[in-house]
Amino acid sequence: MSRFNPDRRRVLQGLGACATLATFSRNAIGAGDNRRKLGKVIVIGAGFGGATAAKYLRKWSGGAIDVTLIERNSRFISCPASNEVLAGNRPYETLVHSYDNLRRNWGVRVVRATVVGVDADSRRVRTDSAGELAYDRLVLAPGFDFIFGAIEGYDATARETILHAWKAGPQTLALRQQLVDLPDGGTYVLSIPKAPYRCPPGPYERASQVAWYFKTHKPRSKVIVLDANDKVISKEKLFLGVWESEYKGLIEYRPGWNVVEVDATTQIVTSELGDKERGEILNLLPPQRAADIARSTGVVNVNDRWAEVNWITLESTAVGNIHVLGDALQAAPLMPKSGHMANQHGKAAASAIVEILSGRDPQPTLLANTCYSLVDDRRAIHVDSVHRYDPEKRLPLVVEGSGGVSLEPSVEEGQYTRAWATAIWKDVLS
Amino acid sequence: MNRSLCALVLAGSLATPLLAAETKPAASTTQAPRFPYFVANCFNCHGTDGKSTTAMPSLAGRDREYIEETMKAYKRGERPATIMQQLAKGYTDDEIAILADYFSKQK
Repeated sequence: MSRFNPDRRRVLQGLGACATLATFSRNAIGAGDNRRKLGKVIVIGAGFGGATAAKYLRKWSGGAIDVTLIERNSRFISCPASNEVLAGNRPYETLVHSYDNLRRNWGVRVVRATVVGVDADSRRVRTDSAGELAYDRLVLAPGFDFIFGAIEGYDATARETILHAWKAGPQTLALRQQLVDLPDGGTYVLSIPKAPYRCPPGPYERASQVAWYFKTHKPRSKVIVLDANDKVISKEKLFLGVWESEYKGLIEYRPGWNVVEVDATTQIVTSELGDKERGEILNLLPPQRAADIARSTGVVNVNDRWAEVNWITLESTAVGNIHVLGDALQAAPLMPKSGHMANQHGKAAASAIVEILSGRDPQPTLLANTCYSLVDDRRAIHVDSVHRYDPEKRLPLVVEGSGGVSLEPSVEEGQYTRAWATAIWKDVLS
Repeated sequence: MNRSLCALVLAGSLATPLLAAETKPAASTTQAPRFPYFVANCFNCHGTDGKSTTAMPSLAGRDREYIEETMKAYKRGERPATIMQQLAKGYTDDEIAILADYFSKQK
């Protein structure tokens, strides 16, 4: 980003630029002196949704909204693209990104702390290490937590060796190591919960990536996919096609197989129908719900799992002045819980908050999604959609005729998949 | 307000009536000039403000008419693509004109 970029200038205004730089942008500083402050926004959670909201609140308010972004992790670790790491097709380090550019380029105050509570009446956020912070508007983007209790025996001890790796980080590396250590001829079992869960095509991509790794390094090994859903719920024909043509005999797919119990000593999982399966590696994805902080804040009002929002503002329908983004919200029809969608939620909430704090009525915006999946080391497939707000149903519905999936896996889409990751990380964080 | 922000707001003010006619928003349309926020849908892949550093084509500073006609060709299915022929169908011609105008003005 150039020093003379207008966004940079606005950031400098927001920061009260230092004397040296002020000589480069005197006019901008002068404008900044008269600038009306619009309010304070706290964003909880610096993933794809929260970090995007923080950046765009600053950008679209011209620095007039004070933004504090609270995140418990020191760095951003991308879940998208982490399946590639499992197969050895991407270095883990490429998933890890700093929050420094949100500070430097946009003047976002990034606070590393864990939120312990939200008092919606007094509009205050309590943290473990950064004290209490006041807000005019709160953006809640905490992601999801697992319902571990849905799988009997998946207790803290079992979770030390039986991984989910559905939040990228140490578990990504640990699962990669388990795959590397697996003797040729071993079995890897992946379980998928009933939808909705984070990243609908993600488990099928993971099965494909692990199968590719086995095919190229351990051809006697096997992937068993235990899917609580009745069928492959995303890009079905494409995944099944690749498994048939590329991974025949390597992947066994079992629909309607809902894991309800695990025995960590015998490495055996049991379905609700009493079927059993054993694997040297068990990779279990329990059912999911909005993260704990969403529950304790009182925004979870759908099936005791997700937060319903007003789709014009992304404001909670349960608690005022709190906007909910990303995996934690009750998605609209055909809207996935994806990093791409969370980024779009972040922009929608940011635009609504800028409008509200500027004294204008927020208008619905369009939302678009693209989810790429790599089916081997080079080729990818996609699903995409555009959602437009329907004023009668009060939901963003897929525009008729828009969206779709790939015709077939291609190297070109493989290149776009990797470009997508680099591009969106930058759009979220820089 | 600096010059570039003024330009964006002006673009938004021209855009709003067109957009309003197409999407029939529930709320009043007697609004102050606003930014055409939906252009940020493109930023995920094409970079913030269309400034791409990846294999995705950059949109910033490209010819307005070129962007508009390309998007319309995608929308009609007359131009082959991997995803754009599907995404372009999500936008009205007026919205395509607005985003073409926006990206053409990014430096």
